[in-house]
Amino acid sequence: MLTVIRPFRSLKYPTATLGLTATLALLATLLCLAPSASSQISASSQIAVIADTVYTMEAEPLVNGVVLIRDGKIERVGPAADVAIPDGYERHEGSVVTPGLIDARSVVGLAGYFNQDHDQDQLERSHALQPDLRAIDAYNAREELVGFLRQNGITTVHTGHAPGAIVSGQTMIVKTAGRTVDEALLDSTTALAITLGPGVRNQFDTPGTRSRGIAMLRQELIRAADYAEKRRSGDPDRRPDRDLRLDALADMLDGRLFALITAHTAQDIMTALRMQREFGFPMLLDGASEAYLLLDEIREAGVTVILHPTMIRLRGETENAAFDTAKKLSDAGIPFVFQSGYESYVPKTRVALFEASISVGYGLDRMAALHALTTVPAALFGLDDRLGSLRPGKDADLVIFNGDPFEYTTRPTHVFIDGILHHQAE
Amino acid sequence: MNIRHRFFLIFVAFSAGICAAATAQDRPVAVTGAQIITVTGETHESGVLVVHEGRIVAVGEAGDVAIPADAGVIDATGKVVMPGLVDPHSHIGEGDGGDRSAALHPDVRIMDTINPRSDSFRRALAGGVTSVNVMPGSGHLISGQTVYLKLRRVNTVEEMLIYVDEESGIYGGLKLANGTNPLRQPPFPGTRAKSAAMVRALFIRAREYQARIRAAQDDPERMPARDLALETLVEVLEGKRIVHNHTHRHDDVLTAIRLADEFGYRMVLHHVTDAWKVADEIAASGYPASIIYIDSPGGKLEAINLLPKSAPILEKAGADFGFHTDDPVTDSRLFLRSPAFGMREGLSRQKALESVTIANARQMDITGRAGSLEPGKDADFIILSGDPFSVYTRVEQTWIEGVKVWDIDDPEDRKYATGGYKVIRGSAHGHHHDH
Repeated sequence: MLTVIRPFRSLKYPTATLGLTATLALLATLLCLAPSASSQISASSQIAVIADTVYTMEAEPLVNGVVLIRDGKIERVGPAADVAIPDGYERHEGSVVTPGLIDARSVVGLAGYFNQDHDQDQLERSHALQPDLRAIDAYNAREELVGFLRQNGITTVHTGHAPGAIVSGQTMIVKTAGRTVDEALLDSTTALAITLGPGVRNQFDTPGTRSRGIAMLRQELIRAADYAEKRRSGDPDRRPDRDLRLDALADMLDGRLFALITAHTAQDIMTALRMQREFGFPMLLDGASEAYLLLDEIREAGVTVILHPTMIRLRGETENAAFDTAKKLSDAGIPFVFQSGYESYVPKTRVALFEASISVGYGLDRMAALHALTTVPAALFGLDDRLGSLRPGKDADLVIFNGDPFEYTTRPTHVFIDGILHHQAE
Repeated sequence: MNIRHRFFLIFVAFSAGICAAATAQDRPVAVTGAQIITVTGETHESGVLVVHEGRIVAVGEAGDVAIPADAGVIDATGKVVMPGLVDPHSHIGEGDGGDRSAALHPDVRIMDTINPRSDSFRRALAGGVTSVNVMPGSGHLISGQTVYLKLRRVNTVEEMLIYVDEESGIYGGLKLANGTNPLRQPPFPGTRAKSAAMVRALFIRAREYQARIRAAQDDPERMPARDLALETLVEVLEGKRIVHNHTHRHDDVLTAIRLADEFGYRMVLHHVTDAWKVADEIAASGYPASIIYIDSPGGKLEAINLLPKSAPILEKAGADFGFHTDDPVTDSRLFLRSPAFGMREGLSRQKALESVTIANARQMDITGRAGSLEPGKDADFIILSGDPFSVYTRVEQTWIEGVKVWDIDDPEDRKYATGGYKVIRGSAHGHHHDH
């Protein structure tokens, strides 16, 4: 069995760009008298959150817990009896507190809610293999759908290019706050979005079959392996001319990016696992409608499943999706996370929390579901030093709910990102 | 009209006979111990529901209701019983409607294309749906006639009909749509104004046709030639067939109201994305609204304002409204989730209950049969594991006319609740672009 290499967190792109963007943003702020598009509600830097139940995700839930926030970070967490709230802290109270939720796979920001050509940048159809397409170059931080996820407790989203091409492009991780991609960014290059199965031939003339698509991908990966080898050379003369497509694939083969492979049917899942064995890339298995047929194989491969939205429509390659697959993965000891996924119609995005709720309704343990929305994706993406649980020093991303977070009738009343209140229910 | 429906009435009589046979319930059944939500009356905390020969005989608190000695007793202690759900807008059953030859197809019947063995019916039963208005799509100004079905487990669509109007032979409504869905190349309209003009022109022809029929005074020699399209619209003009009008944007909602007012037909507004913007106008119009809950706004331009706050705002405005699934747009198995999300936004519990039962029965003219647990109504009910609006609650049994038609403890039935393993096939095709 191959060891799965956790990718290094890739560097943000050059600071010169950041500087220019920041300058333009400042100018825009100075020149524009219109209200800011920022969702920021309160700018207090010292906040106390008090709730009947606090799911820290570090230990057992706290009853009558307090979370202190200072300068965007979590300062202290504990029972109200032990944590005195200092003077000057803005107080917010509620029923249940969880860490900010993490949506492990989305296309929001590239895909917009109008669903018109001008706001659909999630899939480029000029060629079926385009690993050089960066998510950062297409992300609209002010997209309504991003705000919609934020209102529903999603504070971090892994988003980017959609399923539908052999390699449709890159993905990235952002907070659901920030007026620009630079402000939102946590990781600029997280994975390459790869799709197996009939979804590709619906978009392109070539490949026209599953096996043609795999042949194209393997050939390109073999070229990329050769490129990666030459790229490592100490001799500048031996290094290849820079090729953005091969660069990205070589990064994946070097273990710096995930192969995010969307595969729904059993044969496509097995093909994904076969590719992973051949090339040794770190892999995320996305979709996986028929995962329940292959529990042993998936567990042995050691991959994490980004499970299809529980309520995904049942047609074509997803017609065998089931409401209880998350429970089966959990019972089998297979790590999994939730996603909002990609929708071509209504709803334009799903909400990972709602998808987890249905899984809970169909037997998944509640704590397992909460972990799959917090600690599991934080660790998976190498961001557990900042996200996923309520621990002093971590980012102050947290959600106050007016009841059980999974109940249909419950809603988030407050959403904090980096210690800033971004949503407060009327 | 009688002459023209003679043959159909023979068919009706035949199908009614089949219906009776298919739903015979000889022995009384008593459900005991459950919280029984009647919807239109009291909720009985430890209730008894007695059903016999397909009808509700009695419902009330334990001790107040006599249980027949020969009754089969179902101990539902700790469970919740409520009326079978009524879905006034669904695309289950694999039916189709009008084609590209025209934008107006009042003569097209979805009834002729339903697959009674469709797995989608089982899936809906798993969600507690017992009565449903199955509609053709919204890609036409008039895409065809709808059909009201009970999800009885039978082999023919005739056996599934909820009712057939004895005089007119009508067993469903008529689907209309405005807004962007019907806008295409000719012969379809290219603008909203053209859409309204085409619908008005056809209804004016139907009025003339109606006048010629009346003038004939049942004299076969003077009757106009049968015209299936105009005949259907005359049924609408006479209030015998309800118009189900797909509409999203606030101005399209008002256009639908304007046309219904002009011709005096009965109408239900469907989807009504912008309902929260024109709630007072909807309430004042008296036309009921059938709304949908979707997990996010957007996905089509007309749906960018589709927000769950419509439900409490319509309630506050005093409008008559309910929810529909538009299955496969939302899944029949999760129909109760829609009013629950309305409650999340402030909808009252009572209106939430009505919005999947009696309010929808009103929209289909079946309040005498369905939508509440009252003596004399059809014995359509569901047994739930807990509160109807909790994510942790499962539909455990679905009963239609005193016959258990779905049971979570039956392994074959249970598959339809969870899905997977090829049990659900082909039920979510076809309607994708016509929402």
